[in-house]
Amino acid sequence: MLDMERIRADFPILSRQVHGHPLVYLDNAATTQKPRQVIRALVEFYEQHNANVHRGVHTLSQEATDLYEAAREHTARFLGAERAEEIIFTRGTTESINLVAQTWARDNLGPGDEIVLTPLEHHSNLVPWQIVAQERGAVLRFIDVDGEGRIDLDSARQLIGQRTRLVAVAQMSNVLGTIAPVQALAALAHAQGALILVDGAQSAPHLPVNVQALDCDFFACSAHKMLGPTGVGVLYGRRRLLKQMAPYQAGGSMIARVELEHSTYAPAPTRFEAGTPNFADVAAFDAALDYLDALGMDAVREHELALTRYALRRLASSPGVTLYGPRNAEQRGAVIAFNYRDLHPHDVGMILDHQGIAVRAGHHCAQPLMRLLDVPAVLRASFYLYNTEAEVDALVGGLAAADALLGRREPAA
Amino acid sequence: MSVEAELDELYRDVIVAHYRRPHHAAPLAHADVSAEGMNPLCGDEVRVELRFEDERLAEGAAWGRGCAISQASASMMTDAIEGLTAGETERLLGAVEQMLKTGAETGEDLGDLDALRGVAKFPVRVKCALLPWKVLREALDEHQDQR
Repeated sequence: MLDMERIRADFPILSRQVHGHPLVYLDNAATTQKPRQVIRALVEFYEQHNANVHRGVHTLSQEATDLYEAAREHTARFLGAERAEEIIFTRGTTESINLVAQTWARDNLGPGDEIVLTPLEHHSNLVPWQIVAQERGAVLRFIDVDGEGRIDLDSARQLIGQRTRLVAVAQMSNVLGTIAPVQALAALAHAQGALILVDGAQSAPHLPVNVQALDCDFFACSAHKMLGPTGVGVLYGRRRLLKQMAPYQAGGSMIARVELEHSTYAPAPTRFEAGTPNFADVAAFDAALDYLDALGMDAVREHELALTRYALRRLASSPGVTLYGPRNAEQRGAVIAFNYRDLHPHDVGMILDHQGIAVRAGHHCAQPLMRLLDVPAVLRASFYLYNTEAEVDALVGGLAAADALLGRREPAA
Repeated sequence: MSVEAELDELYRDVIVAHYRRPHHAAPLAHADVSAEGMNPLCGDEVRVELRFEDERLAEGAAWGRGCAISQASASMMTDAIEGLTAGETERLLGAVEQMLKTGAETGEDLGDLDALRGVAKFPVRVKCALLPWKVLREALDEHQDQR
């Protein structure tokens, strides 16, 4: 059991007011709030250790490098990677996926080769593949999902075949919360000699993740969705794959020996980290991982599972609420997409905001999924380790104002 | 202040009425030009169709999927443009844009459209109200290009 009072006291922003109401922050799938431990780590870095990494002989540079590399080791442990060298720091999940698309995929895809995706993917795990597929003459194929947005493994079995070179799938949908059967998909991919990339932007913050147990080849996530600062992403790649991959961006740090006409490149992960990395934020990300370690990811999942069950029950029994995604909380994360009556999410979202309740309204960077659900947009409430049942109650209660403003009033003819 | 009172200025009765029962919200039998627009951020979609008689807008239709503000704005727009010349429509467009962006009085009688004045106080919603007007401008440009 998480000690909610203590946890909430760690997040300064949770005590602010919005439009005269206590903030109810339910937009955690977009970004999470930061505990003071992370904020303090960022301030401390700038006040005590700031210097560029991997360069100086001086003390500060050494300290900064140590903090940067310690964060890499911590990330490797947190994700269950075999070695720290398998962790590349990027700007975010989007860049992590683009890195694989622009290096591995560009060099390994040919005409007629197939990339297998799902219709649940965030644009960042779809558009990079569209671009590289177009360039290489490769084809995108999509695994079916059922009415609750669950991945159909039979369809996956039929689709993943000899032409498949890559399966790329979100471990947790950022809209429906669907948890993908990553291990089963990895087995299907590997049986055909294909690789699997896991978009872990939504799963790494909320579920215990072990890349070796998942048996995935690439895993991408973002620090800012897991208590860390913005501007830090992670790409895990299997060591033997990273060893063969061409550089991503070129510049300082990523080189071994540079001549005027040609260069040789540093080994991974440095080969993929050209230029000055975002070392201050990476150091603060380490503190975010400390925070999650101290709570334990099993406990985080348990808390969110209970909250998701409660929220699903409360929303399902509220008249006018249409829920999307798996009904069974075990099959999903703490992100709930819904609509209210025939009202547009943008209106409802604004009316909730005026009661201090922050939700997201829109297509959530998943336009193909909106078409599949046959809605222009949805409301999304997404929870994290500091959210409470009282906040679910506030959300459900807040819908009444939307009804009062837009629902019940009869048109004046 | 209650949330209802706070937002009453945005969701005026006239706006809710147009949203709930939009005018001219079906395709025209014989449209001369049409245009479509969307607001990628929130997913609002509007389609506008226009039919001209001589140099006047005989009728306009607008429909789509979107929030109360964008759909009410579209409905009121189709009422307001009927019978106008291209020049008059252009002037109305300018007046509406200015009202939505500044909330200031322009001295022009905008009829029902005046109910949108409150939108100016909610900057994130201005683009919702503007969407149908942007699409109208595209349709007018298209009409001009055809001649």
